[in-house]
Amino acid sequence: MGKTFAEKILGQKTGKSVVPGEIVEVKPDIAMSHDNTAAIAKTFKEIGVSRLDDPGRHVIVLDHCVPAANEKFAQNHKEIRAFVKEQSITNFYDIDRGICHQVLPEEGFALPGYLMVGSDSHSTTYGAFGALATGIGRSEMAVIFATGKIWLRVPETMKIVVTGQLRPGISAKDVMLKIIGDLSADGGLYKSVWFTGPVIAAMSVSSRMVLTNMAVEFGAKNGYMEPDDKTLAFLQGRARAAFTPVTSDPDAEFESVYELDVSDLEPLVACPHSVDNVKPVAAVKGTHIDQVFFGSCTNARIEDFEIVAGVLKGKKVHPSCRMIVIPASQQIFLEALAKGYIAILAQAGATIVNSGCGPCMGNHEGILAPGERVLSTSNRNFKGRFGCKESEIYLGSPLTAAASALTGAISDFREIL
Amino acid sequence: MAKIIGRIWKYGDDVNTDVIFPGKYTYTVTDPQEMAKIAMEDLDAAFAREVRPNDIIVAGKNFGCGSSREQAAFCLKYAGVGAVIARSFSRLYFRNCINAGLPALTLPESPEIFAAGETIEIDLGAGTIACPSGLYQFPPLPEAVIGIFNDGGLVPHTRKILGIDR
Repeated sequence: MGKTFAEKILGQKTGKSVVPGEIVEVKPDIAMSHDNTAAIAKTFKEIGVSRLDDPGRHVIVLDHCVPAANEKFAQNHKEIRAFVKEQSITNFYDIDRGICHQVLPEEGFALPGYLMVGSDSHSTTYGAFGALATGIGRSEMAVIFATGKIWLRVPETMKIVVTGQLRPGISAKDVMLKIIGDLSADGGLYKSVWFTGPVIAAMSVSSRMVLTNMAVEFGAKNGYMEPDDKTLAFLQGRARAAFTPVTSDPDAEFESVYELDVSDLEPLVACPHSVDNVKPVAAVKGTHIDQVFFGSCTNARIEDFEIVAGVLKGKKVHPSCRMIVIPASQQIFLEALAKGYIAILAQAGATIVNSGCGPCMGNHEGILAPGERVLSTSNRNFKGRFGCKESEIYLGSPLTAAASALTGAISDFREIL
Repeated sequence: MAKIIGRIWKYGDDVNTDVIFPGKYTYTVTDPQEMAKIAMEDLDAAFAREVRPNDIIVAGKNFGCGSSREQAAFCLKYAGVGAVIARSFSRLYFRNCINAGLPALTLPESPEIFAAGETIEIDLGAGTIACPSGLYQFPPLPEAVIGIFNDGGLVPHTRKILGIDR
């Protein structure tokens, strides 16, 4: 019987044939940490090892609160910079670079066939490039600092086949919200999820990243796509190393197969306070919003800017609504500047913020007050996620966000554009 | 292995990391006692105030979904929680509990068989939970990770493996 993608990569790393359920000890190719590196460094020192096992495998990106919002965050960044210097870590990106899940692909660290871990749940994003990528805890990263190794359970695989033809304006975000809504917040628990089918093949690399980014939102260990010409074109001139794509054997065994025809898909939103509380925009349209957040590692790439700027060009954000715009990386910021998107959004009344995670986990740059409501292009709408437990978060696509910014209420773009 | 005798705190499905340990504190609250004081802040304001040593959290499916933040496991440990029992755990939360040395027990009957406030007894060695509604068996931890748990968590376990603690 053939092997799945996950069984092959974990098998290669252990030098033997592995089966789902087995627990293996492996050395990841890349290990990512961000602003939590100071805490990880502290645990690393508690372990009692003085030098990193292999500094070249580590990538550190400051993004969760950049620039530092207060003295505590500043101290945190200071400790990380000192640790980076002390350990001679060369793959370090300071506050001027962007969100880790965008920066690693841009810098050519996310490669087909790689085993990647990150001390952040959305590390699943790198699966869009054919890597087996998953989130781990801080202590586990400290142990990788010390030994290079981690234990992983070999996952069962769920195959998700997306077919049909998306209607104009319906995006990867709507597809992913549909999947999470259908399968629920634990529908992919512990699973390796393979996204495939003609709709995935037709998607840009950026759109594929939306799906793998949110794979953790239905419990998956990892989400991935098989690399194709688009993947290879993206990696051209970026890839940090030679790589060999890994794909599932034709006769590999999948635990489950979920087929989704998206031809009739409507714009969707995830309603408070869980990502699987998914409804058609039509069911909640007219709901007043105080803020639109266009940003995050999910949906703030250049294709998203093109859509949002296209809607807001020559128009104004509704006076009862604020709009916060945060590009996913500095490269995207610069490209959006060059293409005029930043000017369009600023002229429309949006507040443009430097690249980083922003308000997405409640740190700064757009925190809500009690009773306020945001429509966000990000990935998580848990209570308190925007820093205030008495606020409400709706998640939607960049197009839904742009349409809603114009009206100050959750809006169906098909009715107002 | 030890027996854990404690009172029940009962919750539902999909209790996420953000309500257990809010994101806004992840870089600002690091002291164990301070972490214990904000445990479950956005889910149950009474919890941190009234929790007693060895109290036990029971919940439905997908407990600890969301972030990788291990403070969501450690803050419960620091608050004195003896164990968490759930119908299922998020993958990251389950790992973080093992790494924190906090028992995370999967029980298909949770949380319906438990009543808030009642006292139950967990026998980690025997793999049993004795509560007013009956005696239940939970599956043992995987063989490959039981050593981490028995050593008190991932950091002490790693020190032992590396020969730093002899």
